[in-house]
Amino acid sequence: MPVDPWPEDQPRLDIDGLLDDPTTRVVVCCGAGGVGKTTIAAASALRAAERGRRVVVLTIDPARRLAQALGLEELDNVPRTVEGLLPGTTGRLDAMTLDMKRTFDEVIETHATPQKARQILENPFYQALSSSFSGTQEYMAMEKLGQLRARAEGEPDGWDLIVVDTPPSRSALDFLDAPGRLGAFLDGRFIKVLSAPAKVGGRAYLRVVSAALGTATSALSKILGGQMLRDVQTFVAALDTMFGGFRERADRTYRLLQEPGTQFLVVAVPEQDALREASYFVDRLALEKMPLAGLVLNRVHTPRVENLSADRASAAAEELQETGEHPLTRQLLQVHADRMHRRERELSVAGRFTGAHPRVPVVHVPAHPGDVHDLEALRQIGNELAKG
Amino acid sequence: MGEPYRERHRDTWLNTLDAVPVVEHPPRDTDWAGVRLHVVTGKGGTGKTTVAAALALALALDGRRTLLCEVEDRQGIAQLFDVAPLPYAERRIALSPGGGEVWALSIEPKAALLEYLDLFYHLGRAGKALEKMGAIDFAATIAPGIRDVLLTGKVYEAVRRRKAGTPVYDAVVLDAPPTGRIGRFLNVNESVRELARAGPVHRQAGSIMALLRSPMTVVHLVTLLEDMPVQETEDGTAELRRMGLPVGGIVINQVREQILPRPVLSEALAGRLDPAPVHAGLRAAGLTGRGHRALAATAGTELMTEGLIAQAVDHGVRVALENRLRHRLTRLERPLYEIPALSGGIDPGSLYRTVSVLREQGMA
Ligand SMILES: Nc1ncnc2c1ncn2[C@@H]1O[C@H](COP(=O)(O)OP(=O)(O)OP(=O)(O)O)[C@@H](O)[C@H]1O
Ligand SMILES: Nc1ncnc2c1ncn2[C@@H]1O[C@H](COP(=O)(O)OP(=O)(O)O)[C@@H](O)[C@H]1O
Ligand SMILES: [Mg+2]
Ligand SMILES: [Mg+2]
Repeated sequence: MPVDPWPEDQPRLDIDGLLDDPTTRVVVCCGAGGVGKTTIAAASALRAAERGRRVVVLTIDPARRLAQALGLEELDNVPRTVEGLLPGTTGRLDAMTLDMKRTFDEVIETHATPQKARQILENPFYQALSSSFSGTQEYMAMEKLGQLRARAEGEPDGWDLIVVDTPPSRSALDFLDAPGRLGAFLDGRFIKVLSAPAKVGGRAYLRVVSAALGTATSALSKILGGQMLRDVQTFVAALDTMFGGFRERADRTYRLLQEPGTQFLVVAVPEQDALREASYFVDRLALEKMPLAGLVLNRVHTPRVENLSADRASAAAEELQETGEHPLTRQLLQVHADRMHRRERELSVAGRFTGAHPRVPVVHVPAHPGDVHDLEALRQIGNELAKG
Repeated sequence: MGEPYRERHRDTWLNTLDAVPVVEHPPRDTDWAGVRLHVVTGKGGTGKTTVAAALALALALDGRRTLLCEVEDRQGIAQLFDVAPLPYAERRIALSPGGGEVWALSIEPKAALLEYLDLFYHLGRAGKALEKMGAIDFAATIAPGIRDVLLTGKVYEAVRRRKAGTPVYDAVVLDAPPTGRIGRFLNVNESVRELARAGPVHRQAGSIMALLRSPMTVVHLVTLLEDMPVQETEDGTAELRRMGLPVGGIVINQVREQILPRPVLSEALAGRLDPAPVHAGLRAAGLTGRGHRALAATAGTELMTEGLIAQAVDHGVRVALENRLRHRLTRLERPLYEIPALSGGIDPGSLYRTVSVLREQGMA
């Protein structure tokens, strides 16, 4: 076994303890883009299921072949049972991929009369908002989590664990902030003014406002097109009657993340940018009183040779180079030295994180040389998560 | 902040470079001779900013002047060059050997919107009223298309800007939105042309599309030798081609050194690496494991041999995977460039190494 690189007292993340605990109801995987959130979410969900829990995993933007392995080619926004779990497994695993537009549509459909819902769904501004607004994906991930929770609680044999992946934003904090931003925007001052100018104030004030508004709207409609502004107005008015303000709804959804039973797994790779994001996120969770299960440090390069430093391996390789003998040994020593150098860099960036967060439980997951695109590879990642 | 917008940005559209002499350069013999606008896209985090900056530097050698633009409001350029955040104004950020210069511009969508309104609608004071009421925020957020119109418009202006009949910039390099959004971003003026059927906006959109589709523009894609970035490169290339936008080169970033020769790799992959010669080599090199007693030392060397062989197998699996991915990229039939993984990450110093790599490979 390789030398243990971690500070003595840095706690280890006990993934099985987390997944087996019946009070753990929701696990959220967060982190910067491309670090392996989807992979870790899927691997944890599979492991939990094979250890007997009834699990649903909500993935977002999985690699194409991983999606195939989970049976997720059909993107219809409903969970499907994953085939191929270990024989004798008592638990089960359902998986789905988030369709943000479909999820937004569902929110509208469940809260409005059919006629009103149709009116909103057909609104061009709604269509733009639900398929491309930045932040919609994050917000819809939370909405979907809410729906899955409600369904889990409503069924006697329903899921007892929900694992959620988060969107591939560049910043991990986007997941927490985007819904609020979207809410604030839809409840924003300008939208209020646009949609209900009469509510704004007294008569004198009204004159000033409508004069300014006149200039503003006429200039805006020149560039946005008058129809666009009308679309926005009808959309906002319709939302208002549904939710009495979008922001409140976003706030309520956000609070789901603070309920007991929700645990966060922060995922990072041993690189500066990813660990900086992880650091921000960890601090933010503390601030919001959201429970952090720990940090998964993914894709670390662990040597398979003990007690052979990069320097010693390089020196030996050089010696062999001079004699011109044992070329194979020399090459293997060079591969080792390269791996150890990489390892040292990784430990040094990771050390900055653990130094600043000595109490955060950490687990390492080795970088697999190939892809992690089938159940067997996910299972292996699960084992590595548990080994710590 | 309190300063009126127009005062702050007075000099950005037209006359920043008044004091600088402009010299015309003949096209150089590179893969992209004659190209004036290099758009750099790729999956998030693959190295778009790094490659765009290296390209801007590489194109600025021999006394040329290039402009490096970013449009994502992220200050990636300032971070890379380790300078204070860039304002919405062109600044010289680097000199290259032979007297070349790289200028940089971080295009801020809201400021660009006001500038644009003023240019086309002579808004005057109403612009300020709009900003105050949050209308600018609103317009820039609800209609991502508007942002893209402005951003591409500004880039177009920089490419076309002339002084005394000569282009001010020999080339403009755009650190563009990621592959997932690049098609919509570059093609936005097509939709604008359809919406505004006549008038100045229609004409402007038409000119921008003409530039983007002309031989003066190329779109380069940055990727890593990993599944998802390669997938995005394939999808992005297909989309750009569908839209009639010119695909440039494929830049493979962070390429790792291949230490083992081919025959060793295939033996390793086939599980046929013989431990005996490795063991002998380790002993010859004096690496006999830990332990003073002969027996423990032998056991140590055996373990070491086993580990080294296992690592060779990992290396082989990785190289094989990378070769498959490289082969997929070859099928796109575009020039490929490879930038090595630089061990300390990228800083202003190592950026110059990347510059020479790009020059050697003919990208600039
Ligand atoms: N060849 C290289 N060797 C080592 N590190 C590199 C290399 N190229 C890029 N990097 C590092 O990778 C990280 C991402 O690079 P960069 O910021 O250029 O990517 P990007 O595509 O612009 O990202 P974003 O999508 O976030 O804008 C940076 O930390 C950078 O220093
Ligand atoms: N430990 C690992 N070893 C090797 N490859 C990995 C590992 N973790 C993730 N990957 C690969 O990295 C890519 C990005 O992972 P993904 O889980 O989709 O990231 P994210 O969801 O954070 O964007 C995928 O191709 C995945 O197979
Ligand atoms: Mg993902
Ligand atoms: Mg960037």
